[in-house]
Amino acid sequence: MPSLKALRIRINSVRSTQKITSAMKMVAASKLRRAQVQAEAARPYAERMERMLSELAASVAGNKAAPRLLVGTGKEDTHLIVAVTADRGLCGAFNSNVGRAVRTLVQKLEREGRKVKIFCLGRKGRDFLRRDFADRIVGDVSFAGKRRIGFADAEEIAVRITSMLNEGGFDVCTLVFNRFQSVMSQVTTEAQLIPAPPPEAAAAPEAGSAMRAMYEFEPDEETILARLLPRNLAIQIYSALLESAAGEQGARMTAMDSATRNAGDMINRLTLNYNRTRQANITKELIEIISGAEAV
Amino acid sequence: MPVALEIVSPEKLLLSRPVDMVVVPAEEGDIGVLPGHAPMIVTLRGGFASLYEGGKVTTKLFIAGGFAEITPERCTVLADEAHPAAELSKAEGQRRLAAAEQAWEAVDKMDVAARDAALAALQVARAMVDAAEAP
Repeated sequence: MPSLKALRIRINSVRSTQKITSAMKMVAASKLRRAQVQAEAARPYAERMERMLSELAASVAGNKAAPRLLVGTGKEDTHLIVAVTADRGLCGAFNSNVGRAVRTLVQKLEREGRKVKIFCLGRKGRDFLRRDFADRIVGDVSFAGKRRIGFADAEEIAVRITSMLNEGGFDVCTLVFNRFQSVMSQVTTEAQLIPAPPPEAAAAPEAGSAMRAMYEFEPDEETILARLLPRNLAIQIYSALLESAAGEQGARMTAMDSATRNAGDMINRLTLNYNRTRQANITKELIEIISGAEAV
Repeated sequence: MPVALEIVSPEKLLLSRPVDMVVVPAEEGDIGVLPGHAPMIVTLRGGFASLYEGGKVTTKLFIAGGFAEITPERCTVLADEAHPAAELSKAEGQRRLAAAEQAWEAVDKMDVAARDAALAALQVARAMVDAAEAP
């Protein structure tokens, strides 16, 4: 049985850990609110962009000279996986979920005989994937020390990815990130960026088809599309980054909440143990005194 | 019947309200959008979007390039960036102009896409400086 002093030290150390975790929970909760607001603010643009893109894609459909960002290179040999993770740990399985999803994807693609490249957004993903796939990582970006992610950051990444595509660095690009579903749950999602998957809106022809034929384009479809597609890529990356940022805070909040609870349980157990030991000591001393007195 | 105008930037929805007329700075010249305008999708250059209500300009927003979708009922402006006229600063505009000029010097003039992008950035920066100078 540990001594009273040792128990006291442990209780104190668990208590200070609990203080830290509960403070982190509060911080995550307030950051979560901010991240959610930002993610919501970005949604209208993405929605309208999608609507416009489906109009355009419908009007250039079947055109062989369509831009690469829309139709890809026509091959499927090299895959680029963009893994979005957080820059910090202590948020449960948030980062390792993405890491695991990427690993399964890489293994699956390589079994099919394709080449894989990985692009890491976020420090934790890089650290995780570097262990197994160091030779496949072609670039990484981390946002450590940034207060909030701006659209310019996403645009920069989109430019890097586009130039890789134009140099023939890859044929298919997939984004792996945690979609924010609720504070409690984040779903690891894979989304194909290049070639752009056919927009679902095209499958609703009722009133739309009559309207669509009437659009005029200025300057012309190709020029607009050539400007719209890189934007769309940046927007998709931006919204993935925001979803991931909100998810990170949600995951951290949940993780820190259960850590705080666990610390509380542990303090209770240790306190019980401490009290028992203290009582046992007193009893022992009493017995010693009494038996000493009897002996006299 | 007014035009339902929406101005959105990637970071937020700036404005969403019905107006009598809006003039947007399209790539090939300003376009005035009244209710019942023919459906169009246009690209935008840097410049002011002016909102007309009751016969005069009530709000002016600086748009740094982007796209606009026009239908008979509504006008949606997808701006790369948008700032209310009052928030423009000349210093910021000049800083961007210097950066854009530098980028223009560095760009490979044979690469059409890169050249166009640099040229567009230059135009936006110039428009921003002009816009900040104008009262």
